Amino acid sequence: MCTMIVRKIALDGSGKGTSGWFSVNQANVSYDHPFHIPQEHALNIDFVNEGLGLDARVAVELSEHDARELVKAILDVLDQASDGGHL
Amino acid sequence: MYQTQDYEGMLAETVTLSGDGCALINAYLARPLGAGPFPAVVLLHHMPGWDEWYREATRRFAHHGYIALSPNLYFRVGHGTPEDVAVKVRADGGIPDSQVVGDTAGSMAFIRSLPYADGKMGLFGTCSGGRHAYLAACRIPDVDAVIDCWGGGVVASEADLNPRRPVAPIDYTADLACPLLGIFGDDDSSPSPEQVDRHERVLIEHGKTYEFHRYPGAGHGFFYYHRPNYRQQQAVDGWERIFSFLAKYL
Repeated sequence: MCTMIVRKIALDGSGKGTSGWFSVNQANVSYDHPFHIPQEHALNIDFVNEGLGLDARVAVELSEHDARELVKAILDVLDQASDGGHL
Repeated sequence: MYQTQDYEGMLAETVTLSGDGCALINAYLARPLGAGPFPAVVLLHHMPGWDEWYREATRRFAHHGYIALSPNLYFRVGHGTPEDVAVKVRADGGIPDSQVVGDTAGSMAFIRSLPYADGKMGLFGTCSGGRHAYLAACRIPDVDAVIDCWGGGVVASEADLNPRRPVAPIDYTADLACPLLGIFGDDDSSPSPEQVDRHERVLIEHGKTYEFHRYPGAGHGFFYYHRPNYRQQQAVDGWERIFSFLAKYL
């Protein structure tokens, strides 16, 4: 059940939701019940802007393995960009 | 039990009631048509929210002859799709236990004010709602029966406690004043079989009336037909246990 394992981070970005692009100012990362992926628990990321309403949300639900692979990929890409002098 | 020659009718609608702190919240009410008097069940929804499954479950209890009321425990968070609201609650670490108890007491008072209620009151919940049902049954004195389906966190360590959940519900067991039905899957991790064992020991220590039904081959949430954990045989038996229990105590 509900693990209540969650972390919020503030950020500045954009996300594309059901009504198009919007400014994202927070990401909620949890390991808890997902809504769609067929697993009891998942790594859930919700990019949100609560000031724009509860539906201002871009969601992903990932298995533990895939979440870890995503983290590696993000870091690899950022390292490559840094190595290439892009950062 | 329903017979094919019987008349059956049901009214199901959204209502508003006074919850914790006399704040207005909405709730989904389903009841058999007729003067009654009928016993009642308050359904405390799970972490995924005040969703379609809970509406269906509310109507199911009404079909079986109960006034069934499912308060929107996430009302104060705002409105949107049940999923969007539940995600906000998930990000905030859940809702305060004291607020759930207050909303449950308000739901019970609402039902007992109805002219077709007989005053008998059961609580039902799954997942976080199972925990909330057990908690509320321990904190509210005039509950007649409680059903905890795989409520994780009834048994909790100090590290799991926080201002929203300051006390592990198991520590209120001495105050439980009604029979308890527990439905659990042996493959669940929260509550784990060991936690269910511990809960059972504490119930015995305090001399409480309870029935625990523990299902091999089932994990968490095995009633949810729209999720992969659904287990047909165990779910059918679990529902039968629920209605037998309610018939006995309400």
